[in-house]
Amino acid sequence: MKIGTPKEIFDGENRVAMTPDSALQLQKLGHSCLIETGAGIAAGFSDAAYAGAGVTVVADAAALYAGADVVAKVRPPSDAEAKLLKSGQLLISFFYPAANKDLMELAASKGASVIAMDMVPRISRAQKMDALSSMANIAGYRAVIEAGNNFGRFFTGQITAAGKVPPAKVLVVGAGVAGLAAIGTATSLGAITYAFDVRPEVAEQVESMGAQFVYLDFAEAVQDGAKTGGYAAPSSPEFREAQLAKFRELAPEVDIVITTALIPNREAPELWTPDMVAAMKPGSVIVDLAAERGGNCKLTVMDQKIVTDNGVTIIGYTDFPSRMAAQASTLYATNIRHMLTDLTPAKDGVIKHNMDDDVIRGATIAHENAVTFPPPPPKVNAIAVQKPKEKAKELTPEQKRAAETAAFTAQTRSQVILLAVGTVIMLLIGTVAPESFMSHFIVFALACFVGFQVIWGVSHSLHTPLMAVTNAISGIIILGALLQVGSGSYLVILLAGISVLIATINIVGGFLVTRRMLAMFQKS
Amino acid sequence: MSIGIVSGAYIAAAILFILSLGGLSGQESAKRAVWYGIVGMALAVVATVFGPGMGNYLVILVMIGVGAFVGQYLAAKVEMTEMPQLVAALHSFVGLAAVFIGFNADIEMGRIAAMLAAGDQAAVDALTGFAGKVAHKTPVEIGILKVEVFLGVFIGAVTFTGSIIAFGKLAGKVDGKATKLPGGHLLNASAAALSVLLLVMYMSGAGSWTLYAMTLLALFIGYHLIMGIGGADMPVVVSMLNSYSGWAAAAIGFSLSNDLLIVVGALVGSSGAILSYIMCKAMNRSFISVILGGFGNTTGPQMEVTGEQIAIDSDGVAAALEDADSIIIIPGYGMAVAQAQQSVSELTKRLRAKGKTVRFAIHPVAGRLPGHMNVLLAEAKVPYDIVLEMDEINEDFPNTDVAIVIGSNDIVNPAAQEDPNSPIAGMPVLECWKAKQVFVSKRGQGTGYSGIENPLFYKENTRMFYGDAKKSLDELLTKIAP
Repeated sequence: MKIGTPKEIFDGENRVAMTPDSALQLQKLGHSCLIETGAGIAAGFSDAAYAGAGVTVVADAAALYAGADVVAKVRPPSDAEAKLLKSGQLLISFFYPAANKDLMELAASKGASVIAMDMVPRISRAQKMDALSSMANIAGYRAVIEAGNNFGRFFTGQITAAGKVPPAKVLVVGAGVAGLAAIGTATSLGAITYAFDVRPEVAEQVESMGAQFVYLDFAEAVQDGAKTGGYAAPSSPEFREAQLAKFRELAPEVDIVITTALIPNREAPELWTPDMVAAMKPGSVIVDLAAERGGNCKLTVMDQKIVTDNGVTIIGYTDFPSRMAAQASTLYATNIRHMLTDLTPAKDGVIKHNMDDDVIRGATIAHENAVTFPPPPPKVNAIAVQKPKEKAKELTPEQKRAAETAAFTAQTRSQVILLAVGTVIMLLIGTVAPESFMSHFIVFALACFVGFQVIWGVSHSLHTPLMAVTNAISGIIILGALLQVGSGSYLVILLAGISVLIATINIVGGFLVTRRMLAMFQKS
Repeated sequence: MSIGIVSGAYIAAAILFILSLGGLSGQESAKRAVWYGIVGMALAVVATVFGPGMGNYLVILVMIGVGAFVGQYLAAKVEMTEMPQLVAALHSFVGLAAVFIGFNADIEMGRIAAMLAAGDQAAVDALTGFAGKVAHKTPVEIGILKVEVFLGVFIGAVTFTGSIIAFGKLAGKVDGKATKLPGGHLLNASAAALSVLLLVMYMSGAGSWTLYAMTLLALFIGYHLIMGIGGADMPVVVSMLNSYSGWAAAAIGFSLSNDLLIVVGALVGSSGAILSYIMCKAMNRSFISVILGGFGNTTGPQMEVTGEQIAIDSDGVAAALEDADSIIIIPGYGMAVAQAQQSVSELTKRLRAKGKTVRFAIHPVAGRLPGHMNVLLAEAKVPYDIVLEMDEINEDFPNTDVAIVIGSNDIVNPAAQEDPNSPIAGMPVLECWKAKQVFVSKRGQGTGYSGIENPLFYKENTRMFYGDAKKSLDELLTKIAP
């Protein structure tokens, strides 16, 4: 199959859906690759680099659409591009099918199949083709860089000869992929980072990235991220109030706010109100990653950077991935390559559009002249159902002491009972057994006692040598056989002789194998 | 040598044995301690051989010579993966010796009784050694002796067949699955009850046949008891048999009035008992439930495992290992089966050369013998200071980049903590899923010995590295530069 990538015609789009590296991988799957001339220039990949990777460079989009069996691109096709699609062709790109119904129907009517990269279901197996996550990761990183670019101070605190510089404080709202990337970037630059999310279960992830999770003092049924495919759901008005109150408290302190809160298929929730902006220090920066959907801050202007009257910069860019075109293209091309790997299961260059596969079915929005959107719900749950977590009860010092005392008393009682029972048993045996037996019995009891004391100290890693050495010394039974071998009965001599033989095997074998084992234990 | 010198030698030997066991608290002191054991044993044997009342030195010499030769041959030849079999086989020897010595005691008693019945007081007086001792016992002492002999033979016989079956299971010569004859444990119980009846008859002078009949019953109990226990419970079984062999020796010590035998038997017996206890605790099961075989009843439906197992190839594992700073390897019986310890060691060496922290986490019941994994890793020249116990390392998993599970299953099963209805609920497990990434080297998709689904394999940070452990690791080694 021929896989072709046209130049993106959307204004300001620098990304490209195929890189020389991904082309090499695609060729390993048995495909051949085409690229429109100049498609990779903006992302830093020259035509020569593509040609060097064995990609055929074609002159224009028309030739590419005519020649390719699979068209891989970044942005949804324009009407003009969609009209170039032909029957049996496969288009792989971002599509946003819910917002682009007409375009989807146009593509379906042309007889082309469409795989929307933004519709890849969020299940573990599909992570490698989750282009939304790849792009969100870049957006989160770039948001911090953009903020730093517009922020007049260091991120990290320093003590210099010229005086002390306090560290910047960064608040990340929404700890999805973009939020976590932003947290990681901000902490590694040295800022004190706070993060908030309506799903308390992400607190662990946030803390693992080195940020502090902002907890609300609010009791509500915990949102189950699993029900919504790992995305946030709208919260109750009371919860929202508590959240805003917390933000209001934080606003004068923080220097940089990065908002990433989006709810699927809704306008972005307003989380950073104008009065919070007013409360911020001059020179502070807000980066609103939700600008495309109205913004988490209503003062945000889409695709623009504005400065408020009190000197707060608000960045509303929506093209962060495109601003890092080389990185974004590499990741996106890899996502596309993984998608094609799944589409070419035999690695023989033949596309098998398997509509029974959850991932492929979920992402396909047009197939065989029909619109196949929305997909049926996936068979596998994206995320394991959350279990309510039990919190260990904090014990007061008195309770702790009481528990300790109780445990000690119980221990004493069981020990005393054990000793008493043991003594009684000894006395009972003593009443019937003759003195000669009792003298041996004392030895036996003491030996058991010594054994218990000694063996507890044996290192766990030496349990096998312990077994071997006990094996060897249990060969002491040879003494019994030796004492009998001098008997007058031949049968006794025979049996005792055999016993001597096997007990010797035990002794010699046991000790030697123990030595062999112990010699192996070496310190590094 | 006079009886006093012999007793002195016995005291010295007993102390040396205790020191020899106590020295096993550390790897370095253990190397010295084993010599204490050897010296103690030599002292005991020499003192006995040259002690009063001995005879037939030729037989002794030949038997010790042959036994020593066979013993050193076995010790030199055995593979470390075969250690469980060897230990089991050696247990059976102790059991068998105990049975024979018990029989001998009975025969001697019979001879003396015959002499007394014939009124041949001179012959009785002429008896030396063990027979001489028996001849001077009072009727009450003879009664006690009979109980001791009976007990020694019983424990010895159970140990003998039990160890042989354990040996067969460990060596793969007997099917590892738990199998029982119809009647199950009722058969064992009735055999034991019958043995008690035979003891009463033996005491009341019913003759030696009761002793032999009981031996057959005990042999059956040993066979049937161990047949009913599955392969993965072998750590408990082997330590239990270890304990039995000690008790058998102690019982024989009583019947021969030999304090050294009693001391050593008690030491070995308690050692095995403690090992069994540790193993049971590590599986969160009672000793009884292990011996009765199979897993306990569940209290409700098990948690359903959702998700899918994601496979990974050696390139992926190699890339992740290159990126990782801290790595924990969790070996299990599968590593021993695949003989992969050398490859594991080589991998460890290469990763450590790159400045990565590599450690091993050993679950108490990993393998088929307590401490089995430690010995295998030591054989492959993995330094023992990076091989840690479960309690030492479990808290470190959240700070670990990569955990590699090689041939273990139940000991890393999160269901033990997450699912109160799981048959292994409450068993302490290695919390490897808390590491950032987990690779599981496993032959196929099947469940472990217990037949319990392992949710670890379905976790998001788990990747399955399918294939024979040795082959997989060797393939991986080609991807990681030395």
